[in-house]
Formats: sequence, C-alpha cells, structure tokens
Amino acid sequence: MIRDITIGQYFFGKSFIHKMDARMKILISLFFIILIFLCKNFFSLGLVAAFTVFILSISKIPFKLILKSLKPIIIIVVFTAFLNLFYTKGGKTLYEFWVFEITLKGVYSAIFMAVRIICLVAGTSLLTYTTTPTSLTNAIESLLSPLKRLHVDVHTFAMMMTLALRFIPTLIEEIDRIMSAQKARGADLESGGLVKRARALIPIFIPLFVSAFRRAYELAYAMECRCYNGGKGRTSMKKMHFTYRDGVAFAVIALLTAGIFILNFNIRAVI
Amino acid sequence: MKETLIEFKNVSFSYDNEEQTPSQAVKDITFSVRKGEFIAILGHNGSGKSTVAKLTNAILLPEKGEVLINGMNTKDESLTFDIRRTVGMVFQNPDNQIVATIVEDDVAFGPENLGVEPAEIRHRVDEALKTVGMYEYREKEPYKLSGGQKQRVAIAGILAMQTECIVLDESTAMLDPRGRREVMNTIRTLNREKGITVLYITHFMDEAVEADRVLAMNDGEIMLDGTPHEVFAQSEKIRAAGLDVPQAAELSQMLIEDGLNLGRVALTVDECISDLLAILEVSR
Repeated sequence: MIRDITIGQYFFGKSFIHKMDARMKILISLFFIILIFLCKNFFSLGLVAAFTVFILSISKIPFKLILKSLKPIIIIVVFTAFLNLFYTKGGKTLYEFWVFEITLKGVYSAIFMAVRIICLVAGTSLLTYTTTPTSLTNAIESLLSPLKRLHVDVHTFAMMMTLALRFIPTLIEEIDRIMSAQKARGADLESGGLVKRARALIPIFIPLFVSAFRRAYELAYAMECRCYNGGKGRTSMKKMHFTYRDGVAFAVIALLTAGIFILNFNIRAVI
Repeated sequence: MKETLIEFKNVSFSYDNEEQTPSQAVKDITFSVRKGEFIAILGHNGSGKSTVAKLTNAILLPEKGEVLINGMNTKDESLTFDIRRTVGMVFQNPDNQIVATIVEDDVAFGPENLGVEPAEIRHRVDEALKTVGMYEYREKEPYKLSGGQKQRVAIAGILAMQTECIVLDESTAMLDPRGRREVMNTIRTLNREKGITVLYITHFMDEAVEADRVLAMNDGEIMLDGTPHEVFAQSEKIRAAGLDVPQAAELSQMLIEDGLNLGRVALTVDECISDLLAILEVSR
C-alpha cells in the first residue's frame, strides 16, 4: 500500500523539463499554483488545462504513472465536485428531488473545481517527477541562501531534507519487516475498531523508532568519517546554472500569464 | 621496507558501561601497518576487532597509548580532518552509510566535503565508480541495489576521497556469499593495482586467507600475527579463541598429524587439491 504512493518520487528521463534548472522549476511551480487560482472562467482554466497537458506530454513521463499519482486525490475531487454540484444555486434547474436541486451553475462549478484540482496536482507533481531529490534540495538551499544573512543555517536544513528523503524507502522496508515479524508472533493488525487498531500499531512503531535512532547514530559516524563538518568549505559536484531552457520556460510562463489575464477580463474582446 | 602508515603503541580502550563493570575492549595493543599491505583482522564477536577499526581514524580515541597515522596522532583534534582523509572507513550496514539518493551524488559526498573543484570531483567520481564496476549504475537510486552493490558504492565513496588506506569494518557481514565475493574481489584489485592499504576486519576465515597478513584477536589482545599460512597452522590456538579454521586447513592438518608429508597447511580448497595431487603422484 505504502509503495503505491508516487507523489515525491523521481522518474529518470532526459526531457526538456528534466534538464531545466531546479530553481526555475520550483519558482515556476509556485507561480503555477497562483495562476490556477487566478482563473475566473472556463476559457482561462481551459488554457491552464491545455498547458498542463502540454508540459506533462513533453516531460515524457508515462501517462499511466500520472494517472496513478492522481488516484489518491480522486476522493477529494469527487467530494469537492459534489459539494459544488448541490450547493451552488443559480441558473436553470436541471433536476430536483427532495431537498436537493441541481442547477446549471452547480454543474459548471463542479466541473470547474474538479479540473482546477486535477491541474494543480498533476502540474505541481511534475516538479518532483523530473527533479532528483539532490538537485531539489540544492535548489532549495540556493533559493533560501539570502536567509543566511539572518543567520539561518540553510545548509543544515537542506542536508536534513536530503537525508529524510534518502531514508524514506529504507524505513518503509523496515516497517514491512517489523510488521511481518509482529504478525509472525501473532499480532493482529487488521481487526477491531479504530482504537484497537491504533493500539496494535504501538509494537510496530516503537521498534521502528529505536532502529531509526540507531541508524541515525551510525549514519552520523559514517558522515564524519567522510570528512563532513557541517558544510564549511564544501563544494558541489553539480553546479547549477540557468540555461536557455530556463529562459524559454520563463517566456512560456509569461505568455501563459498574459493569456489568462486577457481571457479573464477581456473575454468579449477576444471573441 | 616500506614506510609505516598506521602505528598502534600500547593502545588500551574500554567502553563506558553503566550496567557491567567496565571491560577493556582493547588491551595494550602494539602493531604497525606498512603502506600497501593487505591485513585481515580476525576475531569473534567482542574480541575488540571493531574497536581497533574505530581507533584508526579518530572515531574513538585511545585511553592509554597512542595511535599514529602517517605520524599524526589521533588525539590531536586539529589533525582529525587530515587523518580522515588518509584513512577511509566502510561500515557493516550499507544502508546506514549512504547519504544521497543517487549513486553518483553519494560518491561525490566525500570529495565535496574536502572542498575539491567540481570538475575534479566529476572525474574522481567516474573513476571510482568504474574501479568498483558500478559505473552503469551511477544514476540509480541506492535502495534499488543489492547489498554487495551498495557496499561497492560505499567503497567508491571512499576511493573518490583518494585515501591511502581503507578500513573495512565487517563490511561483508550482512551480505550473501555472492555479495561477499564481489566486495572481496574489488578490495583485492584496489590493493594490488592502486596500492591502497587495506585493513579488513572480519570473522570469515575464507576471507582472511586472502590477505597478506593476518592478525587474530582474542579478548582485546593480538593473539597471532603472521601470514595466513603461519596463523592457520596454529589451529589449536585459533579454536581456543572461538574461531574456526578453514576446512581445507583442518583437513591438511589432520593429514599431517597422521604422518602425511604435505609440507604445508593448505588454506584454500585449490591449494589442498594441488598438495594432495602432488602426494598422490609421488606415491604412484
């Protein structure tokens, strides 16, 4: 079950988007979220949706994987769509029963919200799909580096993130192992009410914590042995630099922004 | 005679232990390692062999006595950095020593800490990965590799730092026989072709046999010191220390005791076969 989660995973590739500077990708992703919420009608949202499909297709990430990543948010999408469907009033009434009333406006806003959430998730998850965790943390370190003036230890923060990401698969494996070990001893993890099930997790998590601490201790030793001393005088093998790709991406985003504003406000002028 | 790289002078060390009376893990040990040597340190659990490993690069500091690396005393904190770039260490659990999420980034971790130029790091990382035969895996995630492959990545991480000596602290203990073979072959190549000094800590006899020199430890003391042939010829002492003798050695020793003139104690199956064939041909 835990293994199915694809959010935050990296998929190897050599596409245009893979080769972009990670800093640019982070900034664009943040800006993209704002853009999605700036959309006010179907025309501008349609433009964003088309853009999402476009970037997904040039990233060459298999379509199946993207669908898989959307699976966990289906419930949220459906739930939001239903709420909008029943609670937005206005326009022609299409269907009526008991206290519920579905209006044309309700249908529109349900579709609008669903598309918006799907674009949001699909578009932003592309960041982690196409960027290695290392360059992601390097980029965050670089973007946050102005904070160094305020004596924030940006390097340590980035290193902590790298290590956390590095240990996710290791700890997942460990949970699997401990669960099997406890089941072999007769632990019942699947039956009973919520409280009983939660309590059954205690013998899973205590060994997990103990082992995580032991691992952390050993890792600290290993890092010290490799001359790590907190980032002083440290160099980096992969230098980040902006290329023409980032310029192109910037131009595309600028055009997209302009397009959204035009479609939002001057819809009549366009038609 | 080549220069001395590691020197232990009357070193003692004991762990702080609240529950039990403090026991000395290492008792008054003196030995030295010359440049380019391949030494196996052999001992059962609790014999102090891992403590010796940790004393070589200032993770642990001796209670009494001194440890000198290229003449640098491990007690001098200002030299710790230089000592660690001379003696690299590979640990037992491959999962707990890999730092990055991509193989090549992990190998680059050491040189990055040393402040090496980016282009030079790239070069060293590629070289190191080619040496251990993991170059094709440079863009893979470490958790997808086998145990032996992960340990080879860890070794590459030390190689990229260009240390003079590699200490392997039971680095094969968690691996399957195939993984052990992979690591052992890699280490032997490094020793022979690159002249890197190797300190190989293990409790597997068949691995110790491949070293130039074997130190057998028992209860924090060095019990035997010599070539594998010299050490394994003393099978009684080795058994008394709770260690096994390789089967081939056991067989040839029993045959010698029965009056067969083998000339030496064979250490590997191949040696044993050739010795026995020689005798059979003479008797024919």
